[in-house]
Amino acid sequence: MKITREEVEHVAHLARLNLTEDEKIQMTRDMEAIIGFADQINALEIGDVIPTAHVIPINNVFRDDVSRPSMDREKLLRNAPNQENGCFSVPKVVE
Amino acid sequence: MGYEDYEIVMGLEVHSELKTNTKIFCDCKNEFGGEPNTHCCPICTGMPGTLPVLNGKVVEYAIKAGLATNCKINQFSKQDRKNYFYPDLPKAYQVSQFDLPLCYEGEVEIEVEGEIRKIGITRIHIEEDAGKLNHEIGGTLVDYNRCGIPLIEIVSEPDFRSPVEVGIYMEKLRTILLYADVSDCKMNEGSLRCDVNLSVRKKGEKILGTRTEMKNINSFNFAVKAAEYEAKRQIKVLESGGTIIQETRRWDEAKGITISMRTKEEAHDYRYFPEPDLMPIITTDEQILEWKASLPVMPDVRKAHYIQDYGLGSKEADILVASRKIADFFEAGANASKNPKAVANWIISEVYSRLNEDEKEQGTMPIKGEDLGNLVNLIEEGTISGKMAKTVFEKMWQTSKSPATIVEEEGLKQNSDEDALRTIASDVLNTNEKIVADYLGGKEAAIQSLMGQMMKATKGKANPKMVIDLLKELLEAMR
Ligand SMILES: [Zn+2]
Repeated sequence: MKITREEVEHVAHLARLNLTEDEKIQMTRDMEAIIGFADQINALEIGDVIPTAHVIPINNVFRDDVSRPSMDREKLLRNAPNQENGCFSVPKVVE
Repeated sequence: MGYEDYEIVMGLEVHSELKTNTKIFCDCKNEFGGEPNTHCCPICTGMPGTLPVLNGKVVEYAIKAGLATNCKINQFSKQDRKNYFYPDLPKAYQVSQFDLPLCYEGEVEIEVEGEIRKIGITRIHIEEDAGKLNHEIGGTLVDYNRCGIPLIEIVSEPDFRSPVEVGIYMEKLRTILLYADVSDCKMNEGSLRCDVNLSVRKKGEKILGTRTEMKNINSFNFAVKAAEYEAKRQIKVLESGGTIIQETRRWDEAKGITISMRTKEEAHDYRYFPEPDLMPIITTDEQILEWKASLPVMPDVRKAHYIQDYGLGSKEADILVASRKIADFFEAGANASKNPKAVANWIISEVYSRLNEDEKEQGTMPIKGEDLGNLVNLIEEGTISGKMAKTVFEKMWQTSKSPATIVEEEGLKQNSDEDALRTIASDVLNTNEKIVADYLGGKEAAIQSLMGQMMKATKGKANPKMVIDLLKELLEAMR
């Protein structure tokens, strides 16, 4: 299957990646190979195979609904590039 | 063509916070408010290397909500990542559910102008709430206290045809979730909010029009007003030859209009994929049956029962079933009393006027349903008069004592001793010759004055019905 340059740019934008021209060419080739592999699977007769929800066969892993103290705020914010009034401070976003 | 030539088609996505003790994937408290970022840990702030573990109560509450709205349950369910970049979401994805939601294909009945309408529930899934952003002049401040609060999203079919139905449905859903005891549904704390999807089409048209979405409306009133405005706006655009753009719009309550949020089309490309950090959820038949059995009788069933067995009107029944606690209170009173309808009247007129909205919901009141039923019985049996009952009720409210105790302690028992009353009546007639003459002369209202004398003589305790009968009997004998 052919992957277009526009598709690569679209996916890169969704992932907030800035690709160089060389990277776009490389990425187009890689994605084509990946999609091609998926096409091989699509060609198989798999009508009676149950879709994989998880690769490890374990279900129902639950926590009890019991609270424990949260993390100290100073510690929590320690790695934040910017903080203000006990909040993480990020570049202004407008909807 | 005008507005009446168009049909409005709406669907709702209602988000409700579940009333668990802790967040969905970590041990932090699920609590409204608090200083910013004080209900947070590495998991709910999306620190690298952390792993989520699902709170078992979230599954229980979501499935109970599904059972309460007549949904089918996916006994094999899983969680998925919904990817988007926005600082209210520290992981850059929200854990939600895509193709295997916990509940699907349900139904909620609403009553619109006396007619029953069925609103289909497409699905109910679980997801994590996002943090709160405060846009300041220099930048945006992020508080993750709300991040990871467990939510259910209840998605309806596009079954709404008028804005008024939206309000009724929201109210109904709120009642159901409160009955099921899975959410506090506090609108002012944002624990119940909705997105409205709306399109219009010419009447008779089969194909749906292009829809717009209005997000995060946290009041029933706003939802109705936003829908009314948006429908008119779309019709106006179409009538003037324009086309509707699929977009997200925001309801501006102050201006009373919806405003385009100019989001890019590709913002809706969420690239869902199965969440590898969380295991599938399998629910057994036994578990579902157990949760179903734990649900209380739902408001629709109670309403039908009140109308059929207690002879209540539809409006009265609606008032009583609006709060589960009030409905329970009423049923306790109705069971204890010989006149359930009178119990209903007491609740609607006397109990309700003494409670605020919060108290109605919580059922915080100083008297027991049984005691109200017994008060009604005291009137029915003629032990106290209706007027006296108001005094007794007031005392019950102040002291939480039973009506019988109050009647005993205060000596409020009605005098129904016929011989004693007859003697007093004769005395009253003998000492009020003028009034008696008036009555016999045709002024029947004069009997009220004689009645007053009787009450005075008995300190208000005479059985009023007996007094009237006795006076009439004695007066007629004098003709
Ligand atoms: Zn946490």
